[in-house]
Amino acid sequence: MVEPLLSMTAIGKKFGTVTALQGAEFQLKKGEVHAILGVNGAGKSTLIKILSGVYQQDEGSIYLDGAAIRLDSPKAAKQQGIYCVYQEVDTAIVSELTVAENILLDTFAEKGNLFVSRQRINEQARSVLHELQADNINVQQKAARLTLAEKQMVLIARALVHSAKIIIFDEPTAPLSIHESEKLYTVIAKLKAQGVGCVFISHRLPEVFEISDRITVMREGTLVQTYDTAQADQDGVIEAMLGAALSHELEPRAHDIGAALLEVSNLSDGQKLKDLSLTVAAGEVVGIVGLVGAGKTELAKALFGGTPLTSGTIKLDGKNAKIKHPADAIKAGMALIPEERRKEGLFVQESLEANASFPNLKQFSKRLLMDRKAEKRYANEIIERLRIKTGSTETPLVHLSGGNQQKVAIGKWISLNSALYLFDEPTKGVDIGAKVDIFKLIRQLAESGKGCLYFSSEIHEAIGISDRILVMYNGQIVKELSRQEATQERILLYASGGKEELGEKQEFGERKRDSVSI
Amino acid sequence: MGKNKNSVKENAIQFLFKYGAIALLIFIIFYFSTISDAFFTYGNFSDILRSISIVTLLALGVTFTLVVDGFDLSVGSTMSLSTVVSASLMVWYDMPLWLVLILPLLIGVFVGAVNSFLIVVIGIPDLLATLSMMYIVAGLHRTYTEGYSIYNNMPLTSGGTAPGQLSEAFLWIGQGQMLGLPVPVWIMLVMVLASYVVLNHTRWGRVLYMTGGNAEAATLSGVSVKKVKFTAYVISGIFASMAGILFTARVGSGQIDAGAPLMMEAVAAVFVGYSVLGAGKPNALGTFFGAAVIGILLNGLTILNLPYYAFDIIKGGVLVAALAVTYVYAKKKFSKA
Repeated sequence: MVEPLLSMTAIGKKFGTVTALQGAEFQLKKGEVHAILGVNGAGKSTLIKILSGVYQQDEGSIYLDGAAIRLDSPKAAKQQGIYCVYQEVDTAIVSELTVAENILLDTFAEKGNLFVSRQRINEQARSVLHELQADNINVQQKAARLTLAEKQMVLIARALVHSAKIIIFDEPTAPLSIHESEKLYTVIAKLKAQGVGCVFISHRLPEVFEISDRITVMREGTLVQTYDTAQADQDGVIEAMLGAALSHELEPRAHDIGAALLEVSNLSDGQKLKDLSLTVAAGEVVGIVGLVGAGKTELAKALFGGTPLTSGTIKLDGKNAKIKHPADAIKAGMALIPEERRKEGLFVQESLEANASFPNLKQFSKRLLMDRKAEKRYANEIIERLRIKTGSTETPLVHLSGGNQQKVAIGKWISLNSALYLFDEPTKGVDIGAKVDIFKLIRQLAESGKGCLYFSSEIHEAIGISDRILVMYNGQIVKELSRQEATQERILLYASGGKEELGEKQEFGERKRDSVSI
Repeated sequence: MGKNKNSVKENAIQFLFKYGAIALLIFIIFYFSTISDAFFTYGNFSDILRSISIVTLLALGVTFTLVVDGFDLSVGSTMSLSTVVSASLMVWYDMPLWLVLILPLLIGVFVGAVNSFLIVVIGIPDLLATLSMMYIVAGLHRTYTEGYSIYNNMPLTSGGTAPGQLSEAFLWIGQGQMLGLPVPVWIMLVMVLASYVVLNHTRWGRVLYMTGGNAEAATLSGVSVKKVKFTAYVISGIFASMAGILFTARVGSGQIDAGAPLMMEAVAAVFVGYSVLGAGKPNALGTFFGAAVIGILLNGLTILNLPYYAFDIIKGGVLVAALAVTYVYAKKKFSKA
């Protein structure tokens, strides 16, 4: 057997009393793409951070090319040829510097040479980008003007300049469009051909199956199994991630849809949104699907009173609703689960209890004084109902995983018994276990006669959950599709303006409807 | 290996953060008690409490603004203005006691309202807006008094003497005794308790803290962040005015610039309070405790005959230490998220 390029053995890491990793194992061969899968909280990020020198392991050892190494800092990791392309590319890019300077940043950070030849670095940068087939990026422009995908290329180029042995991709495709992702896959294939070991982390199973050679599944801070991708099947991998078989089918709707609950006509905000009209009936889940930048979040905020409208009317239950502030929307019976849950939905430094009771403090207080017992009771209720994993109701939310935070962001509205729920990308950055719970909850809400608006750019998820789909493009609703009519191809066609030719690349579109999507 | 060293360091920080302020207080009390017999006596402690009562009121106001993630630097000036206004109302205009108490409070409300107008409506950052107000209000109070302190039957620049005097009832607020403690101490204790209950046990307090924690999330949960901030600055103004009234009653005259030196002391008290029992955020009991630490320290140093002008060094040192502990702890806490 060939000696692996990298081998991490019996890795253990604790944060305070929380065990993040215990006996974790990971091996990477030269020139392979090795995916790490696991639900949120499985320990993927911690393992990656140890590998890139951000954290140090408490136990276990790391071998590179057969020799034990210590990675005390990100710098040490880089010196060993281990580079990481983080999901949040902006934190690693200096937006005021040019592309070329960004690519060669570590070189001038290290070497003592005070003067930098602009021409030479431009030349070097160009040749690296050429290798990545990204010649279209002008190396002399400021990095601030790049798109997300281009910034990723810059980071990859930065790794290549140093002849990286290992490049870690931490959810690189999450913010990318399908085309940009495709491009990234070719780059990864190229890196692989050059003998670079690629670690690939993603929540999107299909792409993992498409590009990886091996898949390592982690659960609860330890290795479950490593598969050869060619021999693995999705169901088996999902089972390994969840630790239990998962029922795949979402039941089709069995309950009746009631009268119109929300009627929006000719809504505009003077900026993104143009003349939108839509209705949601009681007991109905309406999916609003569009690509990133189509105006979904703007619509959700506008309906909820977060941004002012220039024209249009919003009727709830047949009555004209004047919504000038989220407080009005809440009073009128609406609830918003915003896209940026940490920034807009939650108070992450506060306890689960305090978060859960906040939108409805009156119910949790006697006259003016807070009723701590009632808060705790309610917190326990939503923990149970939404299957939130947490140590106690007093744990600050920062210590919870993304999926569990999202459940709190949803759970906090339940005490208000709102009639209409707006879910803005509720599954973003959430593992499948939590996704399934969230889908179930949305279904339950619909069954109990609530109206739900489901804003998403994950087309297959929207198809799975919605009774009806409205496709948004450039601030307008361009198409309405029933559950029966909706297919990935059609939605994508309208969502991209109905102009783009659909190529043969739509293998994602083959996914079965109604299956739980990842 | 590195692990043990790290966790020892982490635990030490955790411990310092939680109990550091209390340990410091106990140490100070113990130390001064061994040095002077006069220190650990009922009389001296009631003196200390009286001496911190004014600064505690100021600090409570600052606490409210910090809770909503703001900052009020104008409290010192507001207190100065309220000091001279309350004195002048009696000395110059011979007004009844209730007006003498109400009018300065209204001035506090007004300053708070202007502060929040600048911050919430115009959008000037809190620190800069209240810094500007600090200048304006300080200028106002000097203009109003033409630079003179106000005392009973003072000669007026317009000729003659002022008609009024500070009334006995008014002076009782600052100098009287009730149930074995000075009246200012009672006022302080009641206000500390009231602030504590409001901030920690009521709906309003929850809204204030959440607004400070994440204004955007608070808005999307239905909170009118503007109103909440407005309220916090008005409360701060009211506390500053109360401090001013108390100062006049205590000293028996309307000194100019009474509040200026107390502003930083109040800020220091609030930040020392951050770390009391690991709250990690501004809180009423912590603020009181912070004021007490500083008060006891200064009292002890007075007994030790430390030169008066060196006191600021001590106050600054306490502030730096409190901030250091708070921020080192915050860094640890956030790096784990």
